[in-house]
Amino acid sequence: MKAYRAIVSARFRMMLQYRAAAAAGLGTQLFWGFIRIMIFTAFYRVAKAPQPMTLEQVVSYVWLGQAMFAMLPWSVEPDLRVMIRSGNVAYELLRPVDLYWLWFSRSVARRSAPTLLRAVPMFIIAGLFFGLRAPQSVGVAAAWLAAMAGAFVLSCAISTILSISLLWTVSGEGVMVLMSGAAWLLSGMIIPLPLFPDWAQGILAFLPFRGVADAPYRVYMGNIPLNEVWVVLAHQLAWIAAFVVVGRALVGRGLRRLAVQGG
Amino acid sequence: MLDDVRLYFKYISVSVRSQMQYRASFVMQSVGQLLITGIDFLGIWALFDRFGGLEGWTLTEVALLYGMVSVAFTFADAMSAGFDLFSATVRNGDFDRMLVRPRSTVLQVIGQELTMRRVGRLAQGTAVLVWAAWAIEAPWSAPKALLLAAAIAGGTSIFVGLFILQGTMCFWTTESLEIMNTLTYGGRESISYPLSIFRPWFRRFFIFVVPLAAVNYFPALAILEHEDPLGTPVVVQWSSPLVGFAFLLVALQVWKIGVRHYRSTGS
Repeated sequence: MKAYRAIVSARFRMMLQYRAAAAAGLGTQLFWGFIRIMIFTAFYRVAKAPQPMTLEQVVSYVWLGQAMFAMLPWSVEPDLRVMIRSGNVAYELLRPVDLYWLWFSRSVARRSAPTLLRAVPMFIIAGLFFGLRAPQSVGVAAAWLAAMAGAFVLSCAISTILSISLLWTVSGEGVMVLMSGAAWLLSGMIIPLPLFPDWAQGILAFLPFRGVADAPYRVYMGNIPLNEVWVVLAHQLAWIAAFVVVGRALVGRGLRRLAVQGG
Repeated sequence: MLDDVRLYFKYISVSVRSQMQYRASFVMQSVGQLLITGIDFLGIWALFDRFGGLEGWTLTEVALLYGMVSVAFTFADAMSAGFDLFSATVRNGDFDRMLVRPRSTVLQVIGQELTMRRVGRLAQGTAVLVWAAWAIEAPWSAPKALLLAAAIAGGTSIFVGLFILQGTMCFWTTESLEIMNTLTYGGRESISYPLSIFRPWFRRFFIFVVPLAAVNYFPALAILEHEDPLGTPVVVQWSSPLVGFAFLLVALQVWKIGVRHYRSTGS
């Protein structure tokens, strides 16, 4: 356990070095948020029937998405890709720790530091000036934090699987592109999930991706009531367990067929 | 001039051949891009499905806007990989080598790579464009087809211009700035929707500063015979793609200023 903690804290400190990138990213995310909100506002101007979310909720949803953007499972560690291509992955195998949890720890560090750097200023700016509402009560805020923790672990579990898929280099790249696209759409980053057609809602609720963004955001704005928060948490936990089990099995298989390039 | 064109094709044929060495990876990435960009359009479709319309615009009309900008962006993106990765060229001193060659620097940078895997994205954009062209109510004519082609060429010019400006900034910062992505990717994203839905400051930005509206929204109005809520005259709608080529010329001038400013990193 100590080893993993050391890995996380070392890489966390490394990621904290990218403060200029985070500042530039903040500008990008604000701009992006404006675009999304203007588009949704235009659609809501002509909406006749009542919608599953109010425009105010959609605005908060967009800003939460922009604030938490860095923790979504849409990328693998670039270092790992290079390592597998170059054969340096052999060094990873030599370390006296479990490979799955080693890569999981890398993913934790990769998501936590940038998220902190970006989320805090985003909450302040969007909260003060651009219509991000505060949670209605302390209870809601606490439930949201719990759901965010679940979202964070789930996101790390998904991205660890993506990293592992790179052990099958070529097909792994395809898997990665598809999974990250799916995660993007099905987590609610393109449009909030409740705005998808009604017939799609059942599938969306079942799939793991809503757990990384949509579900915690809706807890935050009270769109998911407090007495249903346990469903969100149970959904996240079930998928975390599934991804960890599958991921560990894949590591075993991937390593057996891995050929390390010499030289 | 003709010589330069021949050289460019020579450059990119090398680039294409080297990319085709990893055929399986190429196929996988192209298919991936096809599906990923399809996801983009799925979002637009879902919004129309939920809300029925967008201030007098139908899904097919927005699909035309989307298809035009998507195809133009993809052409530019595939050609401009050299400018996108220009910070590395500056940092490791490769630009010094380009300067001593008796050819224009722009030609050498743009000749570095033609990104073939963008073919997936191109297919998706083209598919949406063809569907929209077939489904819109306004009748097609030869001048309109010409206008569409000019708008796409103008759009490609603006995006190439933006990539050149992004590369030019490396002469001062040696780093490529993420902020430029807001203009390229953000521009593509927002301009796929009718300009009239945006706030005035935002509209002005995409008309006067980065004139993407001139190669997308205005010509599309003429093609769709859609009345402009902003009230632009028809003449403007037909001639606006020219602005795209002007933008590229300005970007090339800025690049020249940048090159004069260049100091090698010494590495």
